Amino acid sequence: MTAKVDISFTLNGHLKKVSVPIDMSALTMLRDMLGMTGTKLACGEGECGACTILVDGVSLNSCLMYAAECDGRTVLTIEGLRTAAGLDPMQKAFVEKGAIQCGYCMPGMIMQAKYLADTKGKMTHEELQRGLEGNVCRCTGYKKVFDAVAAVVGVTE
Amino acid sequence: MSQVPKESAPLEGYAAPSTVEEALRLIADGDATILAGGTDLMLQTKPGGRLPYRRKLVNIRRISELRGVSEKDGRMSIGALTTITDIDNNDLLNTVTPVLPQTANCFASSQIRNAGTVGGNICNASPAGDMIVPLLVLDAEVELSAWTNGAVTTRLVSLDKFFTGPGRTIKQPNELLTRIVFARPDKKLFAGYIKSGPRPALEISTVSAALSAIRDNGKLSRVRIALGAVGPTVLRAVKAEAYLEGKTVTAQVAAEAARLAAEDASPIDDVRATAWYRRHLIQVYIKRLLENDSQG
Ligand SMILES: Cc1cc2nc3c(=O)[nH]c(=O)nc-3n(C[C@H](O)[C@H](O)[C@H](O)COP(=O)(O)OP(=O)(O)OC[C@H]3O[C@@H](n4cnc5c(N)ncnc54)[C@H](O)[C@@H]3O)c2cc1C
Ligand code: FES
Ligand code: FES
Repeated sequence: MTAKVDISFTLNGHLKKVSVPIDMSALTMLRDMLGMTGTKLACGEGECGACTILVDGVSLNSCLMYAAECDGRTVLTIEGLRTAAGLDPMQKAFVEKGAIQCGYCMPGMIMQAKYLADTKGKMTHEELQRGLEGNVCRCTGYKKVFDAVAAVVGVTE
Repeated sequence: MSQVPKESAPLEGYAAPSTVEEALRLIADGDATILAGGTDLMLQTKPGGRLPYRRKLVNIRRISELRGVSEKDGRMSIGALTTITDIDNNDLLNTVTPVLPQTANCFASSQIRNAGTVGGNICNASPAGDMIVPLLVLDAEVELSAWTNGAVTTRLVSLDKFFTGPGRTIKQPNELLTRIVFARPDKKLFAGYIKSGPRPALEISTVSAALSAIRDNGKLSRVRIALGAVGPTVLRAVKAEAYLEGKTVTAQVAAEAARLAAEDASPIDDVRATAWYRRHLIQVYIKRLLENDSQG
């Protein structure tokens, strides 16, 4: 059996202590050990972005991240975006612009949009497209997704 | 009958050292798998993957001294843990060698660039490794460090001599790639990189090419050409380099250099392209890289 390692980290504002197999991904830990199923598994290979989370404010594919690497870090998942004040402005914009269809890609899409908004702020349309390139959506055709992000950060031509 | 997947022996230990020395002591027995960003490692070590784990996993991501870009006495140094995003956003590199940020910018997706490191890209030794191609034309060297006889020892190896095959390098299991170093390029040096694919990101290069040279009064010198995804390792197009030395670029010269570069390569047919198409792309790219220069 693969040995385990004890880690502790902040997940959506709460301290978590877990013992994880060394080779487990952060995605598997979140979904199967911690019951946080908002973050989705689709390709499992870094191609689709459904598993995107923010680690110390930086977006990563949690299917490629080792759970052990979460030790000491601050992790934010889609569940942590909503606060006592309600939905995050990015979530609200996605709802208002009708950017969500089946919704499977959305936790990752919204976390990546949040990362772009936090780190870049106002963007050109091309920067926005490039920024969301690692998030695949089979439903929306992206147009309304771009509209939603633009409503939050402002997008220039 | 399904094939029995090649299973790793179970991992027995994990460590996340915060200094180079600590890491080198941990891997001194040569029985550790090194983890940087994990964007190659996680997939390759899956059951049935090509890479079995060694006895322990040593996560080097916490070694802050190995992240970042610096310059000293005309030598540029890039720490192995510098991420692709760091390179994309680095002001010093943007001034000194814009070809590196340009390459980083068409590397995978934002999420992969945030996790993936330049040291991981080199050690993974893919013939399509994007950062390797422009680093080769900058005459980069890699610093390999080890813990031997109770002290940290380092050796510098030309990147040109580092790769021995797909996924294979001369690095020993007790060695860590710590830095990438190269001379600060001459002001007259130009360098460019082109990568194929309908969209740059999430696209393993079908062909990639980098070219650098010094141009003085129209004449080229110190010409370097590197090609990705057209052989078992990223390779130098030495015949084309030698031909271009001392030449002034004309349409004819560019065409001959392109033809020679295609000869230097040894592409194969695979799912992404045929060898014939790859040779064709090499020629298009070499001409384009030479022409772009002739305008600048
Ligand atoms: C969806 C997707 C898209 C991708 N797109 C691209 C692309 O466009 N271009 C491209 O070139 N690559 C691409 N890659 C491959 C990968 O992201 C890069 O090669 C990345 O730079 C690897 O860095 P890492 O830090 O994640 O390496 P890791 O996965 O941590 O390590 C890779 C290998 O190198 C070893 N290693 C890492 N660092 C060191 C060190 N300092 N010393 C010794 N050994 C070390 C590890 O043991 C491992 O064998 C892609 C991968 C995915 C999943
Ligand atoms: S599930 Fe992680 S990128 Fe697709
Ligand atoms: S809304 Fe269905 S995949 Fe994006």
